[in-house]
Amino acid sequence: MRLLSWAYLAAAYVFVFLPVAVLVVFSFQDGRLPVPPFRGVTFEWYAKVLSDGKLMTALGNSLLVAVVSSTVALILGFLAAHALARVRLPGSALMRGVLIAPLTVSYLIIALGLLNLFTQTGVRLSLWTAGIGHVVINLPLCFAITYAAMGDHQRNAERAARDLGAPEWKVLLLISAPMLAAPLAAAFFLSVTFSWDEFIIAFLLTRFDVTLPVEIWSMLRSGLSPATNAVGSLVFLVSVTLVILLELLVFRRTK
Amino acid sequence: MSLAARDRRLAWGLMAPALLWTAAFFVLPFLGMIALSFAHMEGRQVVQGFDTGNYARIFTDWTMLKALINSLEITAVVTVISVVLAYPLAAIIAFRVPARWQRLALLMAVLPFWTSYVVRSYSWPLVLGQNGVVNQTLLGLGLIAEPVQIASTRAATVVGFVHFFVMLLTLTIYANLIQLSPNYARAAQDLGASRWQTFVHVILPLTLPGVVTGAFLTFVLCIGDYITPQILGGNTELTLPQLIMLQLGRSGNFPLASALSVVLMAVVTLAYFASSRWLRLDRV
Repeated sequence: MRLLSWAYLAAAYVFVFLPVAVLVVFSFQDGRLPVPPFRGVTFEWYAKVLSDGKLMTALGNSLLVAVVSSTVALILGFLAAHALARVRLPGSALMRGVLIAPLTVSYLIIALGLLNLFTQTGVRLSLWTAGIGHVVINLPLCFAITYAAMGDHQRNAERAARDLGAPEWKVLLLISAPMLAAPLAAAFFLSVTFSWDEFIIAFLLTRFDVTLPVEIWSMLRSGLSPATNAVGSLVFLVSVTLVILLELLVFRRTK
Repeated sequence: MSLAARDRRLAWGLMAPALLWTAAFFVLPFLGMIALSFAHMEGRQVVQGFDTGNYARIFTDWTMLKALINSLEITAVVTVISVVLAYPLAAIIAFRVPARWQRLALLMAVLPFWTSYVVRSYSWPLVLGQNGVVNQTLLGLGLIAEPVQIASTRAATVVGFVHFFVMLLTLTIYANLIQLSPNYARAAQDLGASRWQTFVHVILPLTLPGVVTGAFLTFVLCIGDYITPQILGGNTELTLPQLIMLQLGRSGNFPLASALSVVLMAVVTLAYFASSRWLRLDRV
């Protein structure tokens, strides 16, 4: 039984890492095709990718959209969670439902709905419209994470601050936010990683300035190339660094 | 004004931005999409009105019906396989791996989650293709004589999806397992239950909400995904999202695309009601 468990674990890791390993290994391929046989190591594709102006612009756009939309989603989600955790309103359950609802809807449908809305109201497609879409998908996430983290302990501290005469914005800024630093950071980083990697909303709601996944998509249409592997490996490196930083800075400290 | 009333007004004020955002950019577009699904095209012009023609077409045109069936089949298969593969993985990490290594083991198991979604789909053909790593390895070992055709088939789509959702489900199921007090299992075993009985009658029912929630998320994300079937499935068959994108791109037929989306949404809603007894969406 024990042996079987370890074998299963090992097999699972192989399956999970197989595509990533292949991706990274063949990004160093000294040849035109990222498939076996492996012909030796070169950094040529990385150099090519890093000097590609269109890709780098797309990368910058992606980061911008991710940071701005995640900040908005976090603030909106945090305020709503704070309010719903504190006061029982008629229809609280319904409002929680409405705020969570976008989680259950396919990104494609959210994108299509917004595309309709923007076309009919004459709003021009840009990074902003994609950002609006990303707030829609990340708001439920930020709300759910912060709402789940609010407990009695924190409610009491907030009440004490209010009793001592603190106005609500001070309670939020000096009591609630610092007490929830870990879940807030987790929600923010999760949103950033979702947003900067999101494809379908960014694809349908941008036009001239595009984000990185959309740019990679157009690279794919010109066929297999180690350059695509190189971009993918770089994206992986950035995301993994973010995740590890989050793990080290946020979760270690809360234990 | 009483304190309670002041409190309530403040709470409304704090909630207003999130509610307004959701209303303006989620509820409103969604209603608009439903309205548009009853419009029709005359030439390249959208004509508003109440016309059920789009829906009639979806359920009578074999290409469209087939896309719906394909999507349902793929999603069902992916959801089942992913749960069956992820549960033991989560359980091994939760119960076999020593406590101090668990976070690392879990983090490792879901690390590729963070590769770019588009790129991850792209890397599967490199693995599964005729010249791909799997075929070359099997050929090299002499296990097969001819390359196996996996890329550009439904199997490739399923593999790509399962890879992604095993990671997602391992996370949600692990979170559930680790919350269980070990006392339940101990009590069952004190009362003479075998390990298997303990699992089937105690652990599994207690983790069912987590499993169902994860399975539901898998269902929603899988049935609405365009990238994976588009890159991995080849052009042998269409799924619903691919059909929707075709309507948007080739013919600019927004009403039909909207109707297809409403059908997609209806399927998800049915899945929601089927699983709502166990769903805990606010505790993901």
